[in-house]
Amino acid sequence: MADFLMPSLGADMEAGTVLQWLVKPGDAVKRGDIVAVIDTEKATIEVEIFQTGVIQKILVPEGEKVPVGTLLAVLAVDGEVAAAAPEAKPAVRAPIVPAPAAPTPPVAPPIVPQPAREVAAPHRARISPLAMRVAMELKVDLATVKGTGPEGAITKADVERAAKAPPTPAPAPRVAAPIEGPAPAAPPKPVVAPIDRSAAMRKVIAAAMARSKREIPHYYLGNHIDMSKAMGWLQAENLKRPVTERLLYSVLLLKAVALATHEIPEMNGFWIDGAFKPSEAVHVGVAISIRRGGLIAPAIHDVDKKSLGEIMLSLRDLVKRVRAGVLRSSEIADATITVTSLGDNGVESVFGVIYPPQVALVGFGKIVERPWASGAMVGARPVMMASLSGDHRASDGHRGALFLAAIERLLQEPEKL
Amino acid sequence: MSPDSQKVRITYREAMRQAIRDALIRDPRVFLMGEDVGAYGGCYAVSKGLLEEFGPERIRDTPLSESAFVGAGIGAAMNGMRPIVEIMTVNFSLLALDQIVNNAATILHMSGGQINIPLVIRMTTGAGRQLAAQHSHSLEGWYAHIPCIKVLAPATLEDARGMLWTALEDPDPVLIFEHGTLYNMEGEMAADAGAVEISKAAVRRAGTDVSLITYGGTLGKTIEAAEQLAASGVDAEVVDLRTLRPLDTETILDSVTRTHRAVIIDEGWRSGSISAEISARIMEGAFYELDLPVERICSAEVPMPYAKHLEDAALPQASTIVATVTRMMGGHG
Amino acid sequence: MALQPTIATPNVDAGHAIALLRDMVRIRRFEEKAAELYSASKIRGFLHLYIGEEAVAVGAMRALGPEDAVVATYREHGHALLRGVSADSIMAEMYGKQEGCSRGRGGSMHLFDARVRFYGGNAIVGGGLPLAIGIALADKLQHHQRVTACFFGDGAVAEGEFHECMNLAAQWKLPVLLCCENNLYAMGTALRRAQSQTDLSLKAAAYEMASWPVDGMDVVACEQAAQRAALAVRSGEGPCFLEFRTYRFRAHSMYDPQLYRDKREVEEWKKRDPIATFRSRLTTQGVLDDASMKRIEDEVALEIEKAIAFAEAGTWEPTKDLARFAYSGKKPA
Repeated sequence: MADFLMPSLGADMEAGTVLQWLVKPGDAVKRGDIVAVIDTEKATIEVEIFQTGVIQKILVPEGEKVPVGTLLAVLAVDGEVAAAAPEAKPAVRAPIVPAPAAPTPPVAPPIVPQPAREVAAPHRARISPLAMRVAMELKVDLATVKGTGPEGAITKADVERAAKAPPTPAPAPRVAAPIEGPAPAAPPKPVVAPIDRSAAMRKVIAAAMARSKREIPHYYLGNHIDMSKAMGWLQAENLKRPVTERLLYSVLLLKAVALATHEIPEMNGFWIDGAFKPSEAVHVGVAISIRRGGLIAPAIHDVDKKSLGEIMLSLRDLVKRVRAGVLRSSEIADATITVTSLGDNGVESVFGVIYPPQVALVGFGKIVERPWASGAMVGARPVMMASLSGDHRASDGHRGALFLAAIERLLQEPEKL
Repeated sequence: MSPDSQKVRITYREAMRQAIRDALIRDPRVFLMGEDVGAYGGCYAVSKGLLEEFGPERIRDTPLSESAFVGAGIGAAMNGMRPIVEIMTVNFSLLALDQIVNNAATILHMSGGQINIPLVIRMTTGAGRQLAAQHSHSLEGWYAHIPCIKVLAPATLEDARGMLWTALEDPDPVLIFEHGTLYNMEGEMAADAGAVEISKAAVRRAGTDVSLITYGGTLGKTIEAAEQLAASGVDAEVVDLRTLRPLDTETILDSVTRTHRAVIIDEGWRSGSISAEISARIMEGAFYELDLPVERICSAEVPMPYAKHLEDAALPQASTIVATVTRMMGGHG
Repeated sequence: MALQPTIATPNVDAGHAIALLRDMVRIRRFEEKAAELYSASKIRGFLHLYIGEEAVAVGAMRALGPEDAVVATYREHGHALLRGVSADSIMAEMYGKQEGCSRGRGGSMHLFDARVRFYGGNAIVGGGLPLAIGIALADKLQHHQRVTACFFGDGAVAEGEFHECMNLAAQWKLPVLLCCENNLYAMGTALRRAQSQTDLSLKAAAYEMASWPVDGMDVVACEQAAQRAALAVRSGEGPCFLEFRTYRFRAHSMYDPQLYRDKREVEEWKKRDPIATFRSRLTTQGVLDDASMKRIEDEVALEIEKAIAFAEAGTWEPTKDLARFAYSGKKPA
């Protein structure tokens, strides 16, 4: 019988996962045949077997991660003169390594990091190591010594002087016993690993995005929108408002999207159990980025019914609470359609991934000065690309196009939003 | 050196030339290779006249191919020759770093002791001549970080004259760093000055109050500072390291044990410099002798500026040394 | 004006042909076994296999005599074996045992054996070229009639050092035999993505040296080209460049998933397997039969088994000797 062990496939490989077995018990194999596909975290490798024989038993199933050297399968070898190979010893689990070259030079006790400068230690006298030694030799009480070194440090000369002079109780603060070397700084508080949380979040987002792409048949449409009227109106409107009540142009976008769903309701709702369930209410999810990476899209409720000012308040509030990590579960779950705007990041067009079970995602890119023809005239206008990612099960391109057209139209009459 | 031996007036440059010439005469395996060492007479005129005397095979001009000719020096040293490779300055040595660090410094070890590299590389180093950012590095401390090579910094006429031969006799790679401001240094040297040892530091001025530890181009400034300090009653000891790898820890610690105070003057940039290494060793070996923290005077951590006043401000100066020591001793500099 | 590859004449002495075949089989089986041992964690670190390229080393090394020198890359097990480094000591070296040719300090990438003038085992791409130049320079200066063969890959051609060395070798007429093993990939980078001019022998010709492409899958072509070139080099005509056009059947090292090349390409090249094609040629010519092939395989298998046993029984260098080769017998820093 011969063993097939998890091979070492690279200098830094410690464990591997059999992604796929290409043989099963009973299969004949010969030296050099590829028998498994193994994942090493760095790469996926097709792995050969070095023996010839018949597979008897597979011991590690697909998907299980095991250390290098683990027995993966056994095979019966048929008297072939595969040399008495070293791997005939099943005891080869751990790679044989020479005795680790332990650092032999004198291992000094770990040096506890000390603050570079001793700040605010008014009651702690500074004594040079030499002065300490001399004080012990001369039997001088350091508490009685006045230091003349840098920042009042006690030097050898000071100690010697004190040894000569009659001891006078010095007003100097207590330096009770000889100081035991640098006071160990309090061990730094264990830092809550923000990295872990971010990594976990990435995993969740990754899973959700993968699922979305897997399950939802996406189609994409894009439309350029002339924003001159909207921006012009916004500028004038904001001049009328106190600073705290000024509007960002994104609230115009949110309202336009919300109102447009009235015309094309297949954009607003959920795909559940194989069917589209339209939603009465329009809760617009707003994609907000989180400081350490990651995106969350909580909803502003009833955007179609709110005024621009109310939407602005809600938006501001949401962002604040997202950053603080304080959201209500209803906010996360309730979005019936989501808007993502990466214009601030300088991106011109966004084709996003729909958040299931929603059926649409509207993306807005950056507003860019573009040549624009209107009537028979060409001028430069602020133009923004609006994009729709639609679930083809709930709507089709025709409806999607109407939806985008509606948004465009609504943004040409901003005063009505 | 006997007291009644003849003395000659000589420059550092000439002393180095004599050393090279002496080696070429004594050992037919020795040859000099580098940019402009032949027809040009050497960038710093060190090899002037040698081409005429020894011919182009032994005074070998190379193209601007640092990596190739340093590597060739390694190969030639492996194969029976005793090359002196001259890299014009330490700044250009960066192009040959792979050969120096990955070949010269490793082959003895990697081959399990089979193959020696008895190579000598000479380089000019340092700042102070307004040559600006790319021509003013002091990287000898960096090289001293690499195991299995030796790093020398001759700062006196005797060392310029005498270190080369000993380095050539060494079976392992030796790097010699010549500070650019030293070539014109003139003084008196014994006429029969010859090979010197290369593993020990030297006390250039004995003192009792503070150890000023330095090497190479800053030795002169340090001695000057010591003389100024003497005038105000501070007796400074000046230690010339002479070799940066291996560091003569014994001499350093002996000095600090007597004076209880130390200042290291190093033209490299402060962070991670050889002065940090020396400071660590003093702390490790003479902690209980220290009456004050070890101080370091290094170059400002900027690429060397061109304007003279800025360059002067960036480099260790005698005045900086004096001020530092004065402060340490309790006065107000 | 692409130079045409050297194609061998068909007539080779039978005994000699068998010897060539045997050499190739020896390398092939050694490398296969090394792969197995690596998977079993006996050999660690990086392992680069020569499988597919055997004809190049076998052919080229036949042009060298014992007085010549060899500088190779990290894919050098075959070259070392052919040079006379025993399979025992190579295996022990890869195991990390002190009975290895580099005392276990080098590993697969740093095989050295001064007795047979095998100078590595160099892991920096292009890093061995300057060494070879230097060895050749020393030979020339000492008037030795020797050749230094330097093996390097297509990747090295991108390195500045390569160009520096080509120029220097031609300029100084150095006795180097430059053997470029062009296997079309520098790790994962295909030659066509790395070089504006992929005809490497044409590039070399630009340095005013004799330069020829060679069919690297034909052992006889390799040998004949190398013999011709070595003759010219040895007679003082200056360096010669041979571009051996070959292919490695396995990954760059153990293991890379080879995402950078098409499996079909590999299969195409496998049809030109130097061993299979030569074997079939010899069989057709009636020079080789199954019995003699089996004899070759058995002998090779025995040699390898012995080497493994030697390596298994080998010993670990004591940790206290770690710094033993920092300097040659002198006190380390």
